[in-house]
Amino acid sequence: MPIGTAAFLLFSAAAILSGLMVIASRNPVHSVLFLIAAFISAAGLFVLMGAEYLAMLLLVVYVGAVAVLFLFVVMMLDVDFVELKQGFLQYMPVAATVAVVVVVELIMAVAVWTAPSDAEIARAHPAPRAPEIVADPAGPNNIEALGLILYTDYAHYFQIAGIVLLVAMIGAIVMTFRVREGVRRQDVARQVGRRREEAVELVKVKTGQGI
Amino acid sequence: MAEIGLGHYLVVAAILFAIGMAGIFLNRKNVIIILMSIELMLLAVNINLVAFAQFLGDLTGQVFAFMVLTVAAAEAAVGLAILVSYFRNRGDISVADANLMKN
Repeated sequence: MPIGTAAFLLFSAAAILSGLMVIASRNPVHSVLFLIAAFISAAGLFVLMGAEYLAMLLLVVYVGAVAVLFLFVVMMLDVDFVELKQGFLQYMPVAATVAVVVVVELIMAVAVWTAPSDAEIARAHPAPRAPEIVADPAGPNNIEALGLILYTDYAHYFQIAGIVLLVAMIGAIVMTFRVREGVRRQDVARQVGRRREEAVELVKVKTGQGI
Repeated sequence: MAEIGLGHYLVVAAILFAIGMAGIFLNRKNVIIILMSIELMLLAVNINLVAFAQFLGDLTGQVFAFMVLTVAAAEAAVGLAILVSYFRNRGDISVADANLMKN
């Protein structure tokens, strides 16, 4: 078996098994860890398809950020996860039916699908706007090629992606922000603005009587 | 076994997508797992996009996968933020009885 085939089988089996464990495991922490495993396997598949940059992005963004976010939330929320697991078997038949139907439909669609003539033409004459960017061993590598079109042909999409991330960040902050009541904070301006007259009081105390 | 082609990647993506759908059905009460299932489905879509980009020799598909990745990250952040504030208000994260708007 050629090594490419073996790697494909390994990565796809790992991705599918981890995906199954994500939805089947009892403990949400295990689910998050299996989600990380699924993303790492998918990154392997991306490398096999020649999309090295996206593979690295998947590792950095998902394993580094999103999965940690999930882990953080799972550990922060104090929820009885055993109780949440109830109804799992109850929904099993319908879920299995839907999943099997969808898989069979999609596989049948893939099986009878043939590339349209446009696609064959496109394969013969790759993207006219970026002719130098095809998978050519002497040409630029994946990251260079992606950069060549991402910052030129797709510059607006790139900026829209940035705006999407900005809006998501602001939204997440606004939704989770809360003003805590009864917390004493240091107020430097008030400390500096204090005068002697309002802070110190001189009292004449009669001898033997106290205040 | 024949050489690994477009169809094999599409089948893997289809299976991952169906797993994500089944996860939404199975974990009706646990929003965290539902969010993870959505991430799995988006990952399947990304595999499709990259597979077609490779098949057609056109990098546009990879740029599109990049955009899907961005939206997925934003969706995870916003979804988890909603989840945290929902938990603060309700004390649990069960979607089955999320009917604050109804009463």
